Amino acid sequence: MTAADFIPVLIQILLAIGLGGAILTASVIFGQRARRNRIKDTPYECGMPPAGPGRTRYSVKFYVTAMLFILFDIEVVFLIPWILSYREFLVNGIPIIGPIAVFFGIFILGLIYELKKGAIQWEK
Amino acid sequence: MELVPLLLKILYAAIMLVVVLTIAGYSVLIERKVSAYQHGRIGPNRTTTPFIRPIPVIGPLLTRLGIIQLPADGLKFLFKEDFTPPYVNRPFFWAAPLIAFVPSLAVIAVIPFGQYTSPLTGEMIPLVLAPMDLGVIFVLAIGSLSVYGVVLAGWGSNSKYSFLGGIRSSAQMISYELSLGLSIFPVFLWMNAPGSDAGLSLSSVVEAQNTMWFLITCPLSAFLFLVGIFAETNRLPFDMAESETDLVGGFHTEYSSFKFGLFFVGEYGAMAVGSALFVLLFLGGWNFLPFLANPWPAGWIGSVLSVLWFLVKVVGMITFFVLIRWTLPRYRFDQVMKLGWTVLLPLAIANLIVNAAAVAIHDLW
Repeated sequence: MTAADFIPVLIQILLAIGLGGAILTASVIFGQRARRNRIKDTPYECGMPPAGPGRTRYSVKFYVTAMLFILFDIEVVFLIPWILSYREFLVNGIPIIGPIAVFFGIFILGLIYELKKGAIQWEK
Repeated sequence: MELVPLLLKILYAAIMLVVVLTIAGYSVLIERKVSAYQHGRIGPNRTTTPFIRPIPVIGPLLTRLGIIQLPADGLKFLFKEDFTPPYVNRPFFWAAPLIAFVPSLAVIAVIPFGQYTSPLTGEMIPLVLAPMDLGVIFVLAIGSLSVYGVVLAGWGSNSKYSFLGGIRSSAQMISYELSLGLSIFPVFLWMNAPGSDAGLSLSSVVEAQNTMWFLITCPLSAFLFLVGIFAETNRLPFDMAESETDLVGGFHTEYSSFKFGLFFVGEYGAMAVGSALFVLLFLGGWNFLPFLANPWPAGWIGSVLSVLWFLVKVVGMITFFVLIRWTLPRYRFDQVMKLGWTVLLPLAIANLIVNAAAVAIHDLW
């Protein structure tokens, strides 16, 4: 593929952004106007007066999940070149099964370690 | 680049956009109608306009089907008060609906939707705006950007329900992305035979399924991909983003008017793209049926038929999404995470290893 083949993708993205912007603008222009008051300007909490700040403290597990995702996702991305060349290598007798077995071994060991550590145990 | 081909490309892109928006809009109608029938109700059946009502036979039928419901809902979104609460973080609050809306419409450029068989040479050309050899990776990469819309909406709203909904669903979406990515690899492992230049393109997946669907040869991959798509599009039973019973509206609690509408359209657009992706990867795309040769004749009639057959499959998948919504109960958040990391991810890895071993046995003996 040359750079010119990507032009339709660029056009599509720009059109989507343009359409979204146009819809937001139209909504501002055509929307009703209504008066504000003190109650309307409070965050929605089922009719109760809001208690405390909007962004409360939250579980550190969310950070752990995000970090684990980055680690495992990079391992998944590293598999893509292997998928494209695996059968070619097999037929031509280039050793591929051993190296990829080591890679999968590291992948699975990491997963087992993470699960044993309780990184995604939310109940406790 | 010349001016005329460029304008033509812009026209095609605009047509694609309109078609996908229409599918997304009418899948709301499908959702409401199918939900209603599952509950023993009728669903939207009285919205009409003065131009349609008086037509004999067809007018009342269209009214009863709720065809006018979509433009009516759109106009209602447009004319409601566009309220920006004073306590929000304005840049994030305004950017979030746009970021949730754009990815699902941007990826349609690389999705093939039919074929054209030349009557002279018999050569088959897939109909697609940008025939990218990285198709699947592009769709997954851009499609997963919509998680930023959810996170920014939750963070920017500065409200407890929005915040909890935002971080919960972002944790869910990134967790299921792993098994989603791993689940499609066996398909491409089988496809990239020595000497083939199939790569990761979506049109070669459809070509490879000419008489045999990958749903039959890789059923576990299909199942894992389906679950991943449900989680990525925040559909029930993985409805962490909204979860009305404990979070009111989730990340879009504070949104009103068409800012909320953009989230809505983006969600249904993602559902339509996810359905199209599942059809392309596992249900044979526009190929007729497994074990049967394509009946599409050469020339434009055949391409119209193939596009229509593809659309029938996509609409069937959307209906399946809705049927599942009213069949399975919602998971609790810790159950969602546990299912993703301890069941689906090991299953996806095992599936990939088994397929790799099968490929090795197949190729070496």
